[in-house]
Amino acid sequence: MHNGEKKRLNGEAEEEEEDDLDEDGMDAWERTYTDERSWESLQEDESGLLRPIDNKAIYHAQYRRRLRSLSTAGNAARIQKGLIRFLYVVVDLSRAAGVMDFRPSRMAMIAKHVEAFIREFFDQNPLSQMALVTIKDGVAHCLTELGGSPEAHIKTLMGKLGCSGDSSLQNALELVHGYLDPIPSYGHREVLILYSSLSTCDPGDIMETIQKCKQSKLRCSVIGLAAELFICKHLCQETGGSYSVALDEGHFKELILEHAPPPPAIAEFAIANLIKMGFPQRAAEGSISICSCHKEAKVGEGYICPRCKARACELPTECRICGLTLVSSPHLARSYHHLFPIAPFDDLPPSRQSEPHNRSHRTCFGCQQSLLITGNKPGLCVACPKCKHTFCLDCDIYIHESLHNCPGCESLRPS
Amino acid sequence: MASVPSKLYSDDVSLVVVLVDTNPFFWATSSLSFSQFLSHVLAFLNSILLLNQLNQVVVIATGHNSCDYVYDSSSASHHGVENRTIPALYSVLLQKMEEFLIKDEKLGKQESPGMIASSLLSGSLSLALCYIQRLFRTGPLHPQPRILCLQGSSDGPEQYVAIMNSIFSAQRSMVPIDSCYVGAHNSAFLQQASYITGGVYVKPQHLDGLFQYLVTVFATDLHCRSSLQLPRPAGVDFRASCFCHKTTIDMGYVCSVCLSIFCKHHKKCSTCGSVFGQAQADNSAVSDRKRKAPET
Ligand SMILES: [Zn+2]
Ligand SMILES: [Zn+2]
Ligand SMILES: [Zn+2]
Ligand SMILES: [Zn+2]
Ligand SMILES: [Zn+2]
Ligand SMILES: [Zn+2]
Repeated sequence: MHNGEKKRLNGEAEEEEEDDLDEDGMDAWERTYTDERSWESLQEDESGLLRPIDNKAIYHAQYRRRLRSLSTAGNAARIQKGLIRFLYVVVDLSRAAGVMDFRPSRMAMIAKHVEAFIREFFDQNPLSQMALVTIKDGVAHCLTELGGSPEAHIKTLMGKLGCSGDSSLQNALELVHGYLDPIPSYGHREVLILYSSLSTCDPGDIMETIQKCKQSKLRCSVIGLAAELFICKHLCQETGGSYSVALDEGHFKELILEHAPPPPAIAEFAIANLIKMGFPQRAAEGSISICSCHKEAKVGEGYICPRCKARACELPTECRICGLTLVSSPHLARSYHHLFPIAPFDDLPPSRQSEPHNRSHRTCFGCQQSLLITGNKPGLCVACPKCKHTFCLDCDIYIHESLHNCPGCESLRPS
Repeated sequence: MASVPSKLYSDDVSLVVVLVDTNPFFWATSSLSFSQFLSHVLAFLNSILLLNQLNQVVVIATGHNSCDYVYDSSSASHHGVENRTIPALYSVLLQKMEEFLIKDEKLGKQESPGMIASSLLSGSLSLALCYIQRLFRTGPLHPQPRILCLQGSSDGPEQYVAIMNSIFSAQRSMVPIDSCYVGAHNSAFLQQASYITGGVYVKPQHLDGLFQYLVTVFATDLHCRSSLQLPRPAGVDFRASCFCHKTTIDMGYVCSVCLSIFCKHHKKCSTCGSVFGQAQADNSAVSDRKRKAPET
């Protein structure tokens, strides 16, 4: 039974299917050049060399807009994030994943970006767990169980690439629902579906399954690779997720990485709670004991549950013996920058830089780069509203997106 | 930085950003005086520059009230002498260091002194990482960067979040943080920094031989380091400290919304304001899932 009600997003999807033959009699290699227009991103410099266009200012403006929208959107609920997430990533490996409109194929492109997504996800959601599910030949398989180790997920996924048969949204949802329903109430239950097919081949009524997911508070999001589907849109609307269709590889990457930062906590999705946790010590090097997770004798390198003294190989995990959640403090500290974000820096217009009090700030406080562009004219720069130190645009982005400390504020003892 | 054709950067060229602890409260109590310490460090910096003519050294002073750059071997070379000669390094560095110490002391006079004996490690780490990002921006070929913390002061608990942020950023950019700790007790911050970023943590037994420790452990480039037999970490303390009393605990309660750590059960989170339901009806739900999960 085909439940797919196709809707064209715009003309683009149609073109892509038909360009198998020829457009203006071009070969495939010619078309890559016309599609990408790679020469447009080049410009000539003073010595006649070709260089990539300096779009630093444009890039910086985009980043500032992103930062500002983030800080205004969730000002009140800013620190109330759903930091403990249980996410199932469902990868559609049906026949449609073999289509080569993304190069080299949808499947290979998905695998590449899912790998990056998994790393980013665990970087930003230290106590969260993820599992992988694939759909193939109309059946959903659980590829990996819920776990906190990015390497294990990536390794398993890379070993299982290969597509065949039909896709079934209902089977996937039923499987995921079965796993996510019993998890504790403080966790955010989420499903992210990467859907290549334009149809779904289901054994029963998918609408019932969608209602079941809604009742269990599963937040389902879908990223489509072909065209918009009514059933996917309906699923996302009902469960509070987001639905989008990737236009090209860059867009797909952007869409999938949007799911990495923790979503704002919504009271009805998860109940705030205090969770009892253990902070195990690293076992003495050279000691031998049997680990509770693999049931093997291991030498050194392990963590000891503070409550029952069982040995676990990796953190974070749950003690297999007494059920205590085991984490290390650096795992928790990874997310503390969400709690104490640094204020966006203020633009410093070139006119204000000639004021006497700004005159000494001719280099970036962070990286010592000169802030003067050629001809001793001051270039664009920004200043921290708290410590008043000036920074170059590159440091501004690095400080807000990766470092999460203002080097100026940190170099002054708070009085 | 851009004067050398990037082709010449092979994998044994290093950029070493050295963070020197200048905290007067520590050096007043140390068995090694600050000037003796500096002479060990200067000789060490020279050896790095002599190992490879493309090697680069940047020195950042970690003071009690401020942090600043005091030396950069790439910009110091245009100061007069054509080739980097040994006196140039000594004179430029010592002069800037003295200016820094005077400035740092002046800043301290405005407040009651002697209360906190820590130095601003979070500031100098942040500066070092910004400098290294600038190096990454110059293109795909550049010297291999690393950070070396020469620290003696005890950890400042108020810098915990900032230092952890710096450590994670260094880890993401694959910059190892090495540490040589010359203080009395081990530094948990530096132990974690070196463990997480894949650097080396050393606490020298005999401070008179500091130069020897520095040269044997920290002078080799990252490429050769893998073939050395370096001191292994004695252990890393991964226990957490609670937000309410700042005591070290091995079991505690964590807010599910903001991950703040508490040693006792509270009704409301003091960090994010969430009101909690009843204490989690222990782990019945979790063990249920365990039973349902298929054996693989
Ligand atoms: Zn194990
Ligand atoms: Zn246990
Ligand atoms: Zn800068
Ligand atoms: Zn600041
Ligand atoms: Zn406490
Ligand atoms: Zn909280």
